[in-house]
Amino acid sequence: MKIDVTRFHKVYFEESFEGLESMEAGLLALSEGASGDPETINTIFRAAHSIKGGAGSFGFGDVMEFTHLLETLLDQMRAGTRESSKETTACLLKAVDVLREMLEAKRDAQPVAEARIAAAAQLLQNILDMPAGATPEAPSIDEVDQSIWRIDFRPHQHLLKTGNEPIRMFRELASLGQLRVAANVSAVSRLGEMDPEECRLSWNLTLIGMIDEMQIREVFDWVEGDCDLNIVKLGSVEPLAPVATETGTRKATPNLELNETVTAGKAVSIGDGGSIRVSTEKVDAIINLVGELVITQSMLSQFGDQFDISMIEKLRDGLALLARNTRELQETVLKIRMLPISFCFNRFPRMVHDLSAKLGKKIHLKCSGEQTELDKTVLEKINEPLLHLIRNSIDHGIESPEARALAGKPEMGTVQLQASHRGGNVIVEISDDGAGLDLVKILAKARERGLVGPNEHLSKEKTEELIFAPGFSTAAQLSDVSGRGVGMDIVKRNIKELGGNIEIENRPGLGTKFTIKLPLTLAILDGQIVKVGDQAFVVPLVSIVESVQVRRGQVSLISGQEELYRLRDKYIPVLRLYEIFNIPPSVTQLEQGLLMVIEDNGQQAGVFVDDLLAQQQVVIKSMESNFQKVEGISGATILGDGTVSMILDIPGILNLSRQRRVSA
Amino acid sequence: MTMTELQERPSPVRQLEGVGNQYLTFLLAGEEYGVDILRVQEIKGWDRVTPIPNTNEYVLGVINLRGAVVPIIDLRLRFRMEQVEYTKTTVVMVLKVQCGNGERTMGFVVDAVSDVYSVGDDQLQPPPELGRSGDAHFVKSLATVEGKMIILLDIDQLVDLSVAAVSEKKQ
Repeated sequence: MKIDVTRFHKVYFEESFEGLESMEAGLLALSEGASGDPETINTIFRAAHSIKGGAGSFGFGDVMEFTHLLETLLDQMRAGTRESSKETTACLLKAVDVLREMLEAKRDAQPVAEARIAAAAQLLQNILDMPAGATPEAPSIDEVDQSIWRIDFRPHQHLLKTGNEPIRMFRELASLGQLRVAANVSAVSRLGEMDPEECRLSWNLTLIGMIDEMQIREVFDWVEGDCDLNIVKLGSVEPLAPVATETGTRKATPNLELNETVTAGKAVSIGDGGSIRVSTEKVDAIINLVGELVITQSMLSQFGDQFDISMIEKLRDGLALLARNTRELQETVLKIRMLPISFCFNRFPRMVHDLSAKLGKKIHLKCSGEQTELDKTVLEKINEPLLHLIRNSIDHGIESPEARALAGKPEMGTVQLQASHRGGNVIVEISDDGAGLDLVKILAKARERGLVGPNEHLSKEKTEELIFAPGFSTAAQLSDVSGRGVGMDIVKRNIKELGGNIEIENRPGLGTKFTIKLPLTLAILDGQIVKVGDQAFVVPLVSIVESVQVRRGQVSLISGQEELYRLRDKYIPVLRLYEIFNIPPSVTQLEQGLLMVIEDNGQQAGVFVDDLLAQQQVVIKSMESNFQKVEGISGATILGDGTVSMILDIPGILNLSRQRRVSA
Repeated sequence: MTMTELQERPSPVRQLEGVGNQYLTFLLAGEEYGVDILRVQEIKGWDRVTPIPNTNEYVLGVINLRGAVVPIIDLRLRFRMEQVEYTKTTVVMVLKVQCGNGERTMGFVVDAVSDVYSVGDDQLQPPPELGRSGDAHFVKSLATVEGKMIILLDIDQLVDLSVAAVSEKKQ
């Protein structure tokens, strides 16, 4: 049977990128001085090993070769023969980057950057060639001369079904040294009863060569848990190192532990792409609720079959139950899309590490509330703005160690990332203990760029707001670090697009804090239903400032066309929705309808509608999935009576009315 | 279902000579048009739609099709035919359409559905050059079944162009 392995590629890449992430996290922990923890190195090693194994099965020879070098180095660190130094860790981090590039290239079927790979491989090789003795260490077991190992390998019956092939493992063992294999066939059943998919053989292997236990265990890495494995060192020329005496009693137990740490690591990190991993718990909850729903439904249909007025009470109860079940089901289903914000946060330590090294600053990144869950779509879109804000904090916020010392602060600056739920929102705070915003400088810059008039006086808040002004960021004031990528105006725009907002809290000399408020999900919206002509539209509640009844004399006409409404001390333009959308109107007199004051980007306008109807939460449906983008409409929703209603896109409407004015 | 069962069951489709694709036909201003039956998701009666502001007039609006928002296109208006009152036989054919970036579901209002025919490839003939009318690209081929002409539509073209036409109008 021919198996198309390419269909497994996606899973392999997903898992490999996860693996790389955990390797990165582990290496960063190492560089921060957690070198004493063998678990960390084990985790890194396991990730590398899985990537190598997968690359082998899929025929990515170059990935396998490269990972093998990486693995050899990690193996020495794991065995304790090589201390992890700053240089080694830095080199390993670089190797992880190169490996990621390679895998990305493979995934996108692009050619790999040969030169970079060769350079990184050379770097690894250099370290490997360096005598391990350069670092202080005890005599190690891999310096042992010829040693004799006995391996008892008793696979469980299902071993073959897991896709493992003993003969391959034996070949690999044979490549390590001189191998003698004796098969034990006593458990094999008679030919007639034999199941070719069952493994009833077991083997006694004798291996002689310059081998340490790790190398042997590595061969069996893929089958641990699927076999009983006993590795005993029978003897060697050299006297045994203390580690080796222990080996006889050491069975699969330490490896079991290892397995657990790996799975624990996996639960936290998930790759993106088109799929989500959902915990069984969440799925079970949904199945339960659907069960409930079916029961309620059958109960209600029974009522329908033999209804009599005395059952009205029961019917009411049943309907209430149905309502509750449906609501719970909706909430639970929405939770499927929820992912912890750690997916986003996890990428930052590496960036902070690299960036602070580049800028010669000492910076510690503190994350908290990583388990705060929010919608996958929100999560994907928030990454870039957060990245920019952190870069900004590192570049402009935190001062150099010398400056910090002068200011009486600890040399190590702190950037803090904090996520939490508050009401129906997710709050993400990015704070630093740096110098804070220099308002004088900002104001001067703004004057220079003509954003603020020379004599215009701005409040403290307004000045702080200036950093979000389009065209304000970039250029001389910023270095290449935060100058590249998105500017602060784009940060603000991205957050606005998600239906959130951002606030600054500036404490000169003590630091800056950005607070981002985001909706939990993009799938549901608080809406105000309005009536125009014979149609109902949904207006996002966040855009509505207030609704007012127009009185005669409050509206003036400019040049006979432009209507302006006086809202207390401000004049705002009046947009007639039926004109913008070309709907036959039923109310044209401003006094007979309502003026809904909306705000977008600090700009206010009055939208004229016939009437306000209910306020309710609506589920957003895309217009683009079956049709196309419609200007002024951000989507559609289905109202309680089953009809479709359009959701207004406030910036789009303002745009449309501007176009109308220009063409008029 | 076993093969024998399949063979024993009288086919609801009128088998004509040669095996070919099956087409669902519908009536539009007296002519019979056909679409690939595999594209048909369902056929439903005409119901009120929610209009979409500022779109081409042949896009009548959208309906709620079991939770999906599906646009409805009037084929008469699309072909610039005279508009008629919707009657009891007026139906909406919900079709799956391949369109640029994936599959979309759209509804098409037609006068009535007619029949299902198996049309062999040998019964098809390319449409003659229809220079004057701009609608010629929607016609994939012509078929003669039982002495009638059936116009087989390329539904993807129809929608692709209609979407383009709408955006052209807007710009």
